[in-house]
Amino acid sequence: MSTNISALEGVILDERTVVTVTELTQVCGLSLEQVRSMVSEGMLQPRGAAPEQWRFTGIEVRRTRRALRLQRDLELNLAGTALALDLLDEVEWLRNRVRCLEHQLGDLADADGTN
Amino acid sequence: MEYKDYYKILGVSREAKPDEIKAAYRKLARKYHPDVSKEPDAETRFKEVNEAHEVLKDPEKRAQYDALGSGWQSGDHVRPPPGGGARGRAEGFSQEEADQFSDFFSSLFGMGGMGGARAGRSSGVGGAGMHADPFAGRGSDQNARIRLSLEEAYKGGTRQLRLEVPDIDAQGQVTRRTKTLNVRIPAGITEGQQIRLAGQGGAGFGGGAQAGDLFLEVAFEPHPIFRAEGKDIHLTLPIAPWEAARGASVPVPTLGGTLSLKIPAGSQSGQRLRLKGRGLPGKPAGDALVQLEIRNPPADSAEAQAAFEAMAEHFTSFNPRATLGV
Repeated sequence: MSTNISALEGVILDERTVVTVTELTQVCGLSLEQVRSMVSEGMLQPRGAAPEQWRFTGIEVRRTRRALRLQRDLELNLAGTALALDLLDEVEWLRNRVRCLEHQLGDLADADGTN
Repeated sequence: MEYKDYYKILGVSREAKPDEIKAAYRKLARKYHPDVSKEPDAETRFKEVNEAHEVLKDPEKRAQYDALGSGWQSGDHVRPPPGGGARGRAEGFSQEEADQFSDFFSSLFGMGGMGGARAGRSSGVGGAGMHADPFAGRGSDQNARIRLSLEEAYKGGTRQLRLEVPDIDAQGQVTRRTKTLNVRIPAGITEGQQIRLAGQGGAGFGGGAQAGDLFLEVAFEPHPIFRAEGKDIHLTLPIAPWEAARGASVPVPTLGGTLSLKIPAGSQSGQRLRLKGRGLPGKPAGDALVQLEIRNPPADSAEAQAAFEAMAEHFTSFNPRATLGV
C-alpha cells in the first residue's frame, strides 16, 4: 500500500527556528523537569529568564533529541551526556576541517634526494 | 529464518558471565551508536548489538536461545522449536523496539505485548523512535537521511521520498508499508541540517492516536568542483602564471552561474578571494571562496622550452625558496 501526499513543508531545525519550552517538550518527548536540568547543566542555553519566557533554537531541538538518545542508549548521566555532546560537536567540526584540508593537498609522488 | 549468532555479535564466548556480556555490550554500543559513529553500517551494527544484548542479558531468553544449540552459523536457516515464542512472550517491548528486532528474534520470542511502557532502545538517523511517550498510542518518530546535490540545495525544489514505515494492524502485528512523500526542499539548506515533518513518522496505534514525526537529515552528494562548508562554497581556481603576475579577469563557475572574477596583479598560488553572497542563498547568503592555483603550461616543445628559458634568464635573482633559507 502506498500513500501519496503532495509537497510537504517541513520546519528546518536551524538557528532561525525558535520554540518555547512547551514545544520543546512536545517535539522531543521529555518533561519540563528534564529541560530544567539540561539548562542548569549548560547543555541548553535558551534566551529568556524564566521557563515561561525560554526560547530555544532549532539547533537546540536537535541537541536535545541527540542528548536523549545518548542518555537512553548508553545509560549516561547528565554530566556525561553534556560532555559527549560537546565532544561530538568538536569531532564534527574537526572532521569538516580535515575534509577541507585534505581537499587542498596535491598528489604525492616519490622523489630522489641527494646530498 | 536466518540464525543469528548473538555471542559472536557481542564477541563473547558461549560461557560468558553476565558482567562480561554487559561490558562487551557497553563497549560496542558506544562504538556503533549512530550519534557517535561515522561508520556506514553503524546503525545496523547498533541494532544487532542491542538485539544480542536483549537476549543474552535475560537468563530466560538466553536459555531459550541456547536451547537451539551451538552448531549454527550466522545466516543458517533454522526452524524455531515448537512452543518457543510466537505469541505472548515479549511483554515490555515498545513498538520501536519490536520494529527493530530481526525476524529471527521475533520467531523465538514473539511479538506480543507491544506498546509496553519502556522507550525504544534503537535510535539514530534511519532508526526509529525516541519518545519517552506520555501518550500510550503515539506513533514513533522516524529519522531518515536525504542526499541532495549542491545544485538542489542552491535552487531548492521538491524531492520525492520513499519510506518504509511500520504500522500496527488490528491484530497488533507490525506490518510495513511504503509511503511516498513529496517534500519541499528550501533553497539554501545546508549539510547536516534537519527538517522536521510533524505527523509524518510512524502511525499511532489505537483509535485517534497521534502519529510520530519524521526528521530528515540533509547530506550533500560529493560535487566534482565545489565543496560546501555551511553556506560557503569553496572552489579551487586554476590560473596561468601570467594571469597571476599581471592580473586578469577570468571566468569562474559558481552555483548561480559563471561570473567574471578580477585576479589582482601579483597573485600567488594558495591565495583566496571571497565573492560575497555567491554561496548558498539565505539571510545572509554564504560566500564563494576561491582559492587560486597557478598552473604552468606544458613545456612540451622547443618553443615552449625557449619561453621558460627566457623567463629564467630574465629572473636570475628570483629565489622562490628564499623564505626557507636555501
